[in-house]
Amino acid sequence: MLKDITLGQYYPVESFVHSLDPRAKIVLTIVFMVAVFLGSSLFAAIPIVLFILLTARLANLPIKMLLKGIKPLRIILIFTFVLNLFFTAGDTILVEWWKIRITREGLMSAVRFSLRLVFLVTGASVLTLTTQPVALTDGLERLLSPLAKIGFPAHELAMMMSIALRFIPTLLEEADKIMKAQMARGADFESGNLIQRAKAMVPLLVPLFVSAFRRAGDLAMAMEARCYHGGRGRTRLRILKLGKNDLLAALGTCALVAAVILIG
Amino acid sequence: MPIKIEHMSHTYQPGTPFKSDALEDIDFTIEDGDLLALIGHTGSGKSTLAQHLNGLLTPTAGRVLVDGQDINGKDVNRRALRQRVGLLFQYAEYQLFEETVYKDIAFGPKNQGLSGEKLDRRVRAAFDKVHLPPETLEKSPFELSGGQMRRVALAGVVAMEPEVLVLDEPIAGLDPKGRDELTEIIHELHRGGVTIVLISHNMDDVARIATKVAVLERGRLAMLGTPREIFSRGDELEAMGLDVPQTIQLCRALRAGGLEVPDCLTGEELCEAICAAKGVPSHA
Ligand SMILES: Nc1ncnc2c1ncn2[C@@H]1O[C@H](COP(=O)(O)OP(=O)(O)O)[C@@H](O)[C@H]1O
Ligand SMILES: [Mg+2]
Repeated sequence: MLKDITLGQYYPVESFVHSLDPRAKIVLTIVFMVAVFLGSSLFAAIPIVLFILLTARLANLPIKMLLKGIKPLRIILIFTFVLNLFFTAGDTILVEWWKIRITREGLMSAVRFSLRLVFLVTGASVLTLTTQPVALTDGLERLLSPLAKIGFPAHELAMMMSIALRFIPTLLEEADKIMKAQMARGADFESGNLIQRAKAMVPLLVPLFVSAFRRAGDLAMAMEARCYHGGRGRTRLRILKLGKNDLLAALGTCALVAAVILIG
Repeated sequence: MPIKIEHMSHTYQPGTPFKSDALEDIDFTIEDGDLLALIGHTGSGKSTLAQHLNGLLTPTAGRVLVDGQDINGKDVNRRALRQRVGLLFQYAEYQLFEETVYKDIAFGPKNQGLSGEKLDRRVRAAFDKVHLPPETLEKSPFELSGGQMRRVALAGVVAMEPEVLVLDEPIAGLDPKGRDELTEIIHELHRGGVTIVLISHNMDDVARIATKVAVLERGRLAMLGTPREIFSRGDELEAMGLDVPQTIQLCRALRAGGLEVPDCLTGEELCEAICAAKGVPSHA
């Protein structure tokens, strides 16, 4: 169940997308997200879906892996859908029953917003599935480094991100273990009403927080013991280089933006 | 209540690049009254096997029968099963969460539906079995030492009064005194009638208290027998990266030095064997 969360997990295969420069991937992911918001008609979803399928293909990612990333979002998705469905003002009434009214506009915007959410998460998943966390934060740090001149903590931010990303699987594993340990003592995480379920989380969350803090303390100590003192003067093992593939990917993404703008 | 494991295999995350075959074709039975030691190199699948015994993991192939019933069958009450087969996880001290030791031990029995007088008796009985100072009961578990926390966790499982108790490396990371005390507690639980599956890397303890030993190697059951049978195959164990008990090591050294002694599992036994070989009366 917890293993379903793919956000932040790296999928270790070789592919065109995996080989791209992380900086290019980050920028192109942002461009992709902008494209998702540019399209207002439902038809704009067609090039986006095609783009996602093509990317998944080029990245050697099974579609199942991407769908798994959406699964934990289902509650938010349903919420978004329902809110938009019932609370969007409009003229063309499709269904009217008592005080509930579903309009054409409402239905359209419900579909639009849910699709956008799915696309955004898929885009972010592709980025993290195909980029090792270290490369990802490395790229991010480089992209933000111009801002460091005006005092923006680019290195610190990147370091915090890479540590956070690095620990997502660890914490999930830990959560899984604690959950099992409590289940072995008869805990029940799956049934009951909302309040009962929230209460059932206490035996999971307390040990998880305790261990997260312990890990954080240990890690800080270990980093200091190895003379970590922030970003100043640190050199890198791998120097990032943009190449022909990055250009191809950029062209592909531009084509997507153009298609979305054309469709409107 | 025997636990019968039938041609059981387990693969983690099948169908992904993270796939790993943790167990392959495991087939043996844990009988009532056994103190079965499960030994094997790190990563050999001991913890995975342990989690199959109370249905926390489902076999990819094969079956696990508790009391003749397939525990992954449709109409099995998992909660009732987990009460009958208690499992103490590795580094169990990290599962404590309540404000007081008392409340933490009460968590399991409470989930079983106990309350009031009955619950109180259960908690106190379990607490008594792990030999902690009485004032610990009202302390916060987070104030205790790691070894004490581990015993509280053990009490939390014992409080459910399981018929079979599975202990995953209960003494790992403890100091020698804590280790001996906990081993003694486990031995006492066994003598009290609980069937025990003990995962351990400490061969001296295994030799001393186990009635049976199962050796796992890379997900397969490599050996199964009495401690004497298993430890007499010391060379094979060492080839798997496992230790043999110190007494056995000493017996071998003595034989190499020309003193004919059989393999001994405890200090007393060894003492008698040496006396017999030397022809002096033993007082052990
Ligand atoms: N949650 C998991 N996901 C994937 N692989 C796992 C998981 N847990 C254990 N494994 C793998 O299964 C094998 C057996 O592990 P485990 O049962 O923990 O061994 P042991 O307890 O004997 O050290 C190891 O190769 C380990 O990497
Ligand atoms: Mg283990």
